[in-house]
Amino acid sequence: MTGSPRLPPAAGAILRGDRRALARAISAIEDGDPSAGPILRALFPRTRGVPVIGFAGPLGVGKSSVINQLVHQLRSIGRSVAIVAVDPSSPFSGGSVLGDRIRFESRADDAGVYFRSMASRGAAGGVAAATREAARLLDAAGFDVVLVETVGSGQVDVAIREIATTRVIVLVPHLGDEVQTLKAGLFEIADVFCVNKSDLPGADLARRDLSELVASGPRDAGWKPRIVTTSTTAPSGIADLWSAIEAHEAYLDSSKSRQDGERHRLAIEIVGLVRDRVGRDLTVRLERDPALRRLLDEVLARKIDPRTAAERLEPLSRRGA
Amino acid sequence: MTKAKAPAKPVPIRVLIAKPGLDGHDRGAKVVARALRDAGMEVIYAGLRQTPEEIVRAALEEDVDLIGLSILSGAHMALIPRVLALLKKNHAGTIPVFAGGIIPDEDARRLRAAGVRAIFGPGASLEEIVTTANALARSAA
Repeated sequence: MTGSPRLPPAAGAILRGDRRALARAISAIEDGDPSAGPILRALFPRTRGVPVIGFAGPLGVGKSSVINQLVHQLRSIGRSVAIVAVDPSSPFSGGSVLGDRIRFESRADDAGVYFRSMASRGAAGGVAAATREAARLLDAAGFDVVLVETVGSGQVDVAIREIATTRVIVLVPHLGDEVQTLKAGLFEIADVFCVNKSDLPGADLARRDLSELVASGPRDAGWKPRIVTTSTTAPSGIADLWSAIEAHEAYLDSSKSRQDGERHRLAIEIVGLVRDRVGRDLTVRLERDPALRRLLDEVLARKIDPRTAAERLEPLSRRGA
Repeated sequence: MTKAKAPAKPVPIRVLIAKPGLDGHDRGAKVVARALRDAGMEVIYAGLRQTPEEIVRAALEEDVDLIGLSILSGAHMALIPRVLALLKKNHAGTIPVFAGGIIPDEDARRLRAAGVRAIFGPGASLEEIVTTANALARSAA
């Protein structure tokens, strides 16, 4: 099958374990290069739906260090692992310093690990537009587990929910009192809470506050988020963290939640792709098509409001596609 | 791969900044990383004490357009040619490499002959480094 003539050469190379072909294909996705489409199309049937573990949490809590330890843990039990680490792009220059690789320690000749830094390139929500499709290529490339590190995030950066099968929220002691745990957002999407830097005072209190949160709120009746405490300076709790992640993955398999979750995520993805295409198309036409420019002029002149303009524009999106 | 084809929104240059060897003086590398970021590049900062093998691996995994090596230990004649050799071995010899640090003129001449595209000493301005990095990355694309 690998040698199938219909397969684009880059896709075949990725299936054969060619890391450079993989790296270039991820760049093509990021850059919106047309070469990415055929590769993704060819490799989608080869994806197996491997666990995609998302790591979110405020900046400085140690997400990169926890992931580095988890990579060691996974390698020690013979699992191959790919990491996509997202850092923010500057809204001013568009540039970025991608520094998560500093925490990454792996033997340079270990083919069972792949690490990719990714700039958010203006996407909100903690991941880049290319993260989902990059994770899909990593699945097709044969990695057993994909870890996604999100931008050090605030309370509303929950886009990882639409990519990951298991969401780990990394926290540290003394982030705030228990009222913080009642707020909406990041806390609601956790499948596993990881209280890192547990060698610091206050770890027990943080753990207790989270226990109360978990006990009081059945987000999903079938799964109560697990709480683990970890430290990466004198590594501890990492095996517990992996056990908690595996327990959630096992729950997904046992409860039909995996399929439901994937179906939900795919629906969001497909609608998002349509929205992007239609949006791009309409944006160009609004600038170029004289009739549509007049529509915009009418809004500018306060003759019609933006909602009315959108209603008139909407049927055009169907014709254009 | 053609870059910079859409004039409105050019594809960012990806550059790896790493320090091979054992010296701990990373101020220069950080200042350069920040200058390249401010010039709109995506800088993968690999940090201190990287082996040539780790540097080349990072360059390939991250699909960079350019590699910048900062070295102040005096081991440049051992480490930089090793990076170049490993890139060639991995069919990535076309990725331009530039270097910064305390590198005597005679060594700089030899490193250029070995394939290092640009070498910056203590007097180099950030503007000069950014301009050169831009030109090197665009020429390789």
